[in-house]
Amino acid sequence: MLPEEAPPKSSGETAAEDVLAAARALAERVAAGDRAAIAEALNTVDDDRPVHRARALALLDALEPRPHGVRIGVTGAPGAGKSTLLDALVSGLRGRGRSVGVLAVDPSSQRTGGALLGDRMRLGSAARDAGVFLRSLAARDQLGGLSEVTGPSLDVLSSALDAVFVETVGVGQSESEVIDLVDSLVFVAQPAAGDLIQFMKAGILEWPDVFFVNKSDLGSIASRTAAELRAGLDLGSRRDPNHRPVVLCGSAAEGRGIDELIDAIDDHQAYLARSGEGARRREAGRIARVRSVLATRYGRRGLERLGVDRRSRDRNDGPIARYVAERPSHSVDRLADELGACIEEAFKRDVR
Amino acid sequence: MPSDPSSKSSHSAAGASAAAHAGAAPERDRPWMFRTYSGHSSARASNALYRSNLAKGQTGLSVAFDLPTQTGYDSDHPLARGEVGKVGVPICHIDDMQALFESIPLDKMNTSMTINATAAWLLALYIATAERQGGDEKSLRGTTQNDIIKEYLSRGTFVFPPEASMRLTSEIVSYTVDHVPNWNPVNVCSYHLQEAGATPVQEIAFSMANAISILDYVRDRPEVDDEALPRIFGRISFFLNAGIRFVEEMCKCRAMNQLWEEIGRERYGITDAKMLRLRYGVQVNSLGLTEAQPENNIIRIALESLGVTLSKKARARSLQLPAWNEALGLPRPWDQQLSLRTQQILAYETDLLEYEDLFDGSHVVERKTAELLEAARDEMKRILDMGGAVTAIENAYMKQRLVESHTARLRAIESGELTVVGVNAYQESVDSPLVEQGSDAILKVDESAEREQIASLEAFRARRNADEAARALRQLEDVVKNGGNIMPPSIEAAKAGVTTGEWSQLLRDVFGEYRAPTGVSAAPLADASEEVRAVRDRVDELSARLGRRLKILVGKPGLDGHSNGAEQIAVKARDVGMEVVYDGIRLTPREIVQSARDEGVHVIGLSILSGSHGVLVKDVVEQLREAGLGEIPVVVGGIIPEDDARELEKAGVRRVYTPKDFDFTRIMNEIVDVVSESNAA
Repeated sequence: MLPEEAPPKSSGETAAEDVLAAARALAERVAAGDRAAIAEALNTVDDDRPVHRARALALLDALEPRPHGVRIGVTGAPGAGKSTLLDALVSGLRGRGRSVGVLAVDPSSQRTGGALLGDRMRLGSAARDAGVFLRSLAARDQLGGLSEVTGPSLDVLSSALDAVFVETVGVGQSESEVIDLVDSLVFVAQPAAGDLIQFMKAGILEWPDVFFVNKSDLGSIASRTAAELRAGLDLGSRRDPNHRPVVLCGSAAEGRGIDELIDAIDDHQAYLARSGEGARRREAGRIARVRSVLATRYGRRGLERLGVDRRSRDRNDGPIARYVAERPSHSVDRLADELGACIEEAFKRDVR
Repeated sequence: MPSDPSSKSSHSAAGASAAAHAGAAPERDRPWMFRTYSGHSSARASNALYRSNLAKGQTGLSVAFDLPTQTGYDSDHPLARGEVGKVGVPICHIDDMQALFESIPLDKMNTSMTINATAAWLLALYIATAERQGGDEKSLRGTTQNDIIKEYLSRGTFVFPPEASMRLTSEIVSYTVDHVPNWNPVNVCSYHLQEAGATPVQEIAFSMANAISILDYVRDRPEVDDEALPRIFGRISFFLNAGIRFVEEMCKCRAMNQLWEEIGRERYGITDAKMLRLRYGVQVNSLGLTEAQPENNIIRIALESLGVTLSKKARARSLQLPAWNEALGLPRPWDQQLSLRTQQILAYETDLLEYEDLFDGSHVVERKTAELLEAARDEMKRILDMGGAVTAIENAYMKQRLVESHTARLRAIESGELTVVGVNAYQESVDSPLVEQGSDAILKVDESAEREQIASLEAFRARRNADEAARALRQLEDVVKNGGNIMPPSIEAAKAGVTTGEWSQLLRDVFGEYRAPTGVSAAPLADASEEVRAVRDRVDELSARLGRRLKILVGKPGLDGHSNGAEQIAVKARDVGMEVVYDGIRLTPREIVQSARDEGVHVIGLSILSGSHGVLVKDVVEQLREAGLGEIPVVVGGIIPEDDARELEKAGVRRVYTPKDFDFTRIMNEIVDVVSESNAA
């Protein structure tokens, strides 16, 4: 008797399998640190043509369950010296033998869609190092936040590299969005007496895990600012009551305080791992990212259709949170697409 | 130093008319110094050129160094590839310097050296060479440009950060004031600011703020005596530009005269009238020289000379005229001769030098001068209030203003508001007989020059005393790290056979290398003309087809630091809706390829003005192919002769743009075409 042959697959199924296979192969190469693969993956997740969406989703799904490097946000007001500090941090980490990526989000997007991405220039020697992967992103989102591709880009980079920095100018919305994307947040502050009130008003003290008071070559004004920050941190509420943020002084331009900063970031990472806070943040970040994408695409009405209670303060509860929690190996983009489909169904029912 | 043209002022007028009555030749002032900016290929070739120019009646030298020398690299350094001997002479060590001045006694010559970041080193070589000739440093006359601030703003041949650069500048000043008293240690430059788009007011204000920052820095050094201040002030000289709007330019010079004296009296308490005089040299405007109908430039150059010679009070001490074909490439000896003859005719055939100042008492000139003076004072004050010129560099203020002005100028040319004859008006032309068919009317630097220079350098290293050189370097290191004037150990190092690259690398290790901020982010969004809107639509369409926004990499390979063109392209690309990764200057081909790959760009735009395009662009194209990125199209802009452009296209470059392509909107359209073609599948 002849062995039973499996029924022939439809061309759609074959095509879908090919896409999946190709995506998995690419994910392998990305995880191995292959630069050409990283570049290809970044281009893929940025491709918004419907035909290519399946590829992007398959790639992100394949990357999701893999181990990821450390994600560090660097934020602060313009002029505080973020780029100089980032350059020094990258060099410092490279000196310790780690592979590094930088996602530089340039806020200079215009309504015309064009953008001047000058971070390669600002980042100095870091941008030239063959062991550093620097990708410039335009902020793009007309609604004032980070572009949708920031998260997936970060997913790609962190599955390939030991440490990835996200640098934003961070005024307003994009700053709180960075929280959802990273494990640790570093805030670069200018020494300036009396700015503590501004910091507190802006709610900035709540989120960072490490504060770096830059330009400490300016002398005692820097140490005063650091002292004020420490005092303010004691007063205000913090996102993580179990961890007291560290306040450091230094000078990025003169290379002082960089080793201490790297140590502080490492310490925070260790704390996140042993306390379980790291896993909690990543989960919260996934939920927040899904929610943010849905809000951008479908607005308040869309969220309501999912049963999200507007009045609920707890973002880690509710229908989105549960959906996300039940699918730990789904990528954020896949989750957003699936929930998006539910919303669209709901809208159609509304019309009827 | 030429004698002060005003020294005969009290006698000339009366003397001239008396002499005329007597039938004798009228008394006239001695003319300014005639220089021609030159140098290329090798010290020996440049020496021959200098001797020939001097024989033709040139009265002073103006040395052009190649980019590796200006940025502190020996001719065999990887970054020097393609650049050796192209825009000037390569000087790697004292034997090169000696060959450059063979049969030219330095104690009798007046030499201006356009050198900035490495000025201390080249001056050390010059002094060491003079001593080898049997001369004394006290007798040397000349200038080191030594103006780092304008490098950050325009030429891009800075190396070290602002603080370290100020230290180097001030040490050259304090050394020469005592040891080389007739030397001009600094030429505060406004020339390059105009080339970068500065308005007359900006030219005055920025250069004066710059001079103040140098003087303040020198004055505050502990080893500088208050007594020396008037002498130091008196030794600060300027290098100005003279544009085609020569009436305004003349008023600009008169305004600068007044402002300089004001600054001397009010800020530094100087009372000696001789020390308060503004001394300056000039090169006339090159930015406005056209590639189209290039013979028109002969007239432009002559007319531009008027702005800095007509008014006796505000007359240049020395004048350099570019050649009519500068927009095409390097000038040949004949081209330089024509420019020299222009000066000689102006000085010797006309009666310009027989009169007192022609414009004193002219209410038109005085009103315009006052207008410029007031506006310049305000702008200068703004810069001083924010902390001075160095601060205005670090916070990109001056750079942003220049980018703004330059953008405005280019837009005015594009729209026709600003007339450029032969370019956006009166473009119909018969073929120019000056530009022979089939040959480029420029000097072609022999590609073998680089090989020969490297061979000569290697031979030098082999025959020098390595121990002496090493010892001299260690002594230099001690001074650089622990304090002390850098000139004496540099002179010793020069004698001991240290090379340009070694001296510079030492300083780079101690001071670090600087990346100056660009001013591109300040360029305001273009008002949407029909054409721009049409291109934006095309970019949107193409981006939708590609699946993500059209992304372009703009950068400059090699050592050429003139970034204005690249910046303007970057701004225009943003205006039409592209995402622009501006990668800056001083990139190796490997770095460009890495950026292109990591950033996922759809097209690469390279800008090169130094003549090294042949080697560097081909390297980029090759390395792109090796990296599997051969399908990313490359376009190139710069000073590129026709023949070379065809070569580049054969090598795979999709478009080549030169100064005649002033319509940036059209360039953007073509870039959309190019990307479209490459992504047709």
